[in-house]
Amino acid sequence: MSDRSLSTSVACPDCDLLQRIPPIPPGEKACCPRCGSVLARQPAGPPDLPLALAITAALVFIVANTTPLMDLAVLGRTASTTVIGGALEMFREGEQITAILVAFCAVIAPGGYIAFMLTLLLGARLDPVPIWVAAMLRWIHHFEMWSMLEVMMLGILVALIKISQLATVHAGLGMYAVGALILLFPAIVVTFDSRALWARVEWDHDDAAVAAGGAMTADAQG
Amino acid sequence: MTVEAATAAQAGLLSCEACQMLSRPAAPGQQAYCRRCGEKLEFRHHASIQKTWALVIAAAICYIPANLLPVLKTTTLGDSEGDTILSGVAFLYATGSWPLALIVLVASVMIPLGKLVALAYLLLTVQRGSITSNHERTRLYRLVEIIGRWSMLDVFVATFTVAMVQLQPLMSVAPGAGVLFFAAVVVLTMLAAEVFDQRLIWDSAYPHPNLHG
Repeated sequence: MSDRSLSTSVACPDCDLLQRIPPIPPGEKACCPRCGSVLARQPAGPPDLPLALAITAALVFIVANTTPLMDLAVLGRTASTTVIGGALEMFREGEQITAILVAFCAVIAPGGYIAFMLTLLLGARLDPVPIWVAAMLRWIHHFEMWSMLEVMMLGILVALIKISQLATVHAGLGMYAVGALILLFPAIVVTFDSRALWARVEWDHDDAAVAAGGAMTADAQG
Repeated sequence: MTVEAATAAQAGLLSCEACQMLSRPAAPGQQAYCRRCGEKLEFRHHASIQKTWALVIAAAICYIPANLLPVLKTTTLGDSEGDTILSGVAFLYATGSWPLALIVLVASVMIPLGKLVALAYLLLTVQRGSITSNHERTRLYRLVEIIGRWSMLDVFVATFTVAMVQLQPLMSVAPGAGVLFFAAVVVLTMLAAEVFDQRLIWDSAYPHPNLHG
C-alpha cells in the first residue's frame, strides 16, 4: 500500500513468488522460500569499498590492455601479443565476426563494466541520486554477463601450453594484470549494494503504489 | 515445505527484471515500463518458448560444422594442415597434458551439447505443462546460465594461438572456418538462455490468467 511495502516486496526473479525481504544482517542473503533463488544480499564491509575496488580495477585494466600477455621466442625470433592484439590478428586473418566477439568479451564488456561501475558509484555519492545512475545500473548487468576474462585467461593458458611445444613462451605483465582483474570483478560484485542504491534512485512516486499484502517473507540465510 | 502464496503475475503485478520494482500493468494495449528505471515490463517474456526454440535449433545446426570444420590451420614450411576441436584435444592428450585435454573437451564439446540438451528439456517440460521437479529444473536453468560462458574457451585458444604463432616463413597459424560456427554456438545458446523465461517452469503448477494476455 505504501512506498515502504513497495521497496520491501519483490517477486522472485526465478519463480515470480511475491515476498517481503526481511532486514538482512551484513554479509548475509535472502533466498526465495519456494525455489531457493538468491533475492538480495547485504554486503559487509565499508560502503566506499566498491569504489576503491573499482578505481583499482580501472588502473589494472589499463595495464592489462597495454602490456604484452606473453612473449614467444623461437630460433632467435620473438613475438608478443596484447589482448586487443589477439583480436586484431584474428580480424586480419579474415575472421572479422569472431574478432569482434573476442574484442567484445575480453575488452569492451569488462571495460564497460568498470567504466559504468566507477561512474555510477561516483554518481551515488550525490544526493539525490541522479536519474542516469538508474540507466547505468540497468545496463551494467549486460556488460557483466558478456565479460569473460576468466574464460580468456584459461584460453590463453591452453594456447601457451600448446605453443610451448614449439617455442619458448613467457607470461608477460599483462597476464598478471588479467589475473588481478579476475579477482577484482567478483570482489566488486559482492561488496556493491545495488539494492540500497536502487532504493535511493528518484522516481515518480505519484504513481499508484502497489499493494503487497499477503506476500511471503523470504528465507534469511547465512 | 508447502507454499500457497501468490506470484506477482497472479496478483496482477509486473516485476521489473532490472531493478525488481513491482508495478501495475499499463492500460490495455499499452506497453508498461518500469517507473523507476524505464525497463520494459512483461508478465513473461514475449513468445519466450518460440524464440528459445529458434535459437536452440540454430545453435544445434551450427554445432555440426563447429566440430567438423578446422578451427586452426597450421602452415609449417609450406605444409598446411587443419585442426578441428577434437584433433586439438587429441594433440593436447598426446603431448602429455591430459588435464588440459579434459578441460578443452568439457568446455568445447560437452558444455555446448549439454546446454542444448538442457534447454530442449526445459522447453519440452514447460510445453507439456509439467508440474514435477520444479526445483531441479530451476537449478538446471541456473547451471546453464552459469557454465554457458565457458564454451567460449576454444575461441580464445584459437585467437591467441593465431596471434602468437606468426613466424613466417617458418610457421604460421590461421583461423579455420570452424571458429565462426563455434562462436555462433556460444552466442546463440547464451541468447537462448537469456530469452527463456525461467518463471514458466513454475507457472503450470500455479496457473493464473494474466499470462495469456
